[in-house]
Amino acid sequence: MRGSVLRLEDVRCAFGEVEVFRGLSLEIGRGEFVAVVGPSGCGKTTLLNLCSGFVEPTGGHVERQGRIRTVYQQDGLFPWLTVAENVRLGLREVKREAEREKRLAELLSLIRMENFAGHYPHQLSGGMRQRAELARALAGDTDVLLLDEPFSSLDYLTRLRLRNELARMLSELPRTVVLVTHDIEEAAQLADRVVVLSDRPAAVISQHVMRLPRPRDPVHPEVVEAVHLILAELGLRQDRAGVTKAGASSN
Amino acid sequence: MKTFDSHAARGEKLGRARGRLLPLLTLAVAVAVWGALSALRVFPESAFPSPLSVARGFVEELSAGRLLTDLVASLFRVTTGFVLAVVLGLPAGLWLGHSARARAALLPAVNFFRSLSPLAWIPFAILWFGIGDLPSIFLIFMASFFPIVLATVAAVAGIPAVYFRVAGDYGFRGAELLTQVTLPAIAPQVITALRVTAGVAWLVVVAAEMIAGRDGLGFAVWDARNGLRMDLLVAGMVVIGSIGVVIDRLLVRLMRIPSVRWGYER
Repeated sequence: MRGSVLRLEDVRCAFGEVEVFRGLSLEIGRGEFVAVVGPSGCGKTTLLNLCSGFVEPTGGHVERQGRIRTVYQQDGLFPWLTVAENVRLGLREVKREAEREKRLAELLSLIRMENFAGHYPHQLSGGMRQRAELARALAGDTDVLLLDEPFSSLDYLTRLRLRNELARMLSELPRTVVLVTHDIEEAAQLADRVVVLSDRPAAVISQHVMRLPRPRDPVHPEVVEAVHLILAELGLRQDRAGVTKAGASSN
Repeated sequence: MKTFDSHAARGEKLGRARGRLLPLLTLAVAVAVWGALSALRVFPESAFPSPLSVARGFVEELSAGRLLTDLVASLFRVTTGFVLAVVLGLPAGLWLGHSARARAALLPAVNFFRSLSPLAWIPFAILWFGIGDLPSIFLIFMASFFPIVLATVAAVAGIPAVYFRVAGDYGFRGAELLTQVTLPAIAPQVITALRVTAGVAWLVVVAAEMIAGRDGLGFAVWDARNGLRMDLLVAGMVVIGSIGVVIDRLLVRLMRIPSVRWGYER
């Protein structure tokens, strides 16, 4: 691993009586794409909040390096700004206007939305909005991208398309990525490493390293195999119920 | 697809032409019914002036210069009172919206005053400010300030938390949060509230001038009644109603600002 940019060490996190993490440790290396999957309510979003610093751990500690930005499930774009104005927010630290506008044009062309620069978010489809939000988060010198189920509000086909888009964007603008998702196929299709969490208090059940280069086909045997394994670990395989101790109480 | 498009375009064009013509048609029918009723002498002329006598009364008032003076007086009062209410009400609403403690302390009082008809203040308005511009301005302020505060508080409370998290991610700090996030996020709701409140302010100025004025459209209407000039009274009513519509049309324009359209279209 080429030095970690995010390190959670023996993290405990509780909200009142509810203990979300007890002794969770996770390291994310520079340039790595890590996907976190787990049963609903296990604390995936809390994990991202710990990574971003929005939530501080009750115990243990979190190390962060570089500029961190989050892409939210939906409606993270400012509705009063056009696509171009929203993406330009990501370039606020670029002082020279000419340079800023040049980079803005590049980003808009990267997400193939040059013709929608002047559109407002409410005039766009859900998929276009998420693309614009990705571009905004990728803009400038972001080091770490935290993705909080960024495609979960989209239909399946749009989701498939956006996974490819994300892979393409990252090949142009490589970043360290932490993707939280309930979509195991999405995790296996995109990530270098899939971290599987158990129910609350969540612990890491297993980690799957994916060696297949991106972009990956969703039905590539290696992706399918990973999905099978993870489903079994979460106790969601009908033919292999109870393969592991995890997920017994999840649906 | 093409036929569908041209259908839609034609429909829209027809719709726009109709949109302009239909209100005029309604007006013509209303005046015709009015004329017919007065010609049939359902009520005596002294209690139900004909459109023609009202038109004559209107010209009379206009050429005497009284109408214009009254109009300017009323507009001055409503503008001053309303602008004052916006300038003070908006910051008050922002503050209350952001501070839970201030809300707990003051919101019941704001609600109390909002529920009081501003007309209940008329005696005090006269006692404190005499007759003229000031009592009317005071009453318009009382009528507009509290609804503006409440609408702003509600709008601030309704801003999705994600906007502030995004703002944090992109380095917005201090005053920038107010000007770049809070204000644009509440703008659509505040504009709607301004529209409603301006309408109320216009109602109140007329009522206030009836009692605490020596000029203004409200006074003109009251004066016409005292002089048993029902034709002038109706002329005044027509002007009051028309100005109300014009004020609303002007404020509707605010809703067409591109950066607030999202608040009305989704």
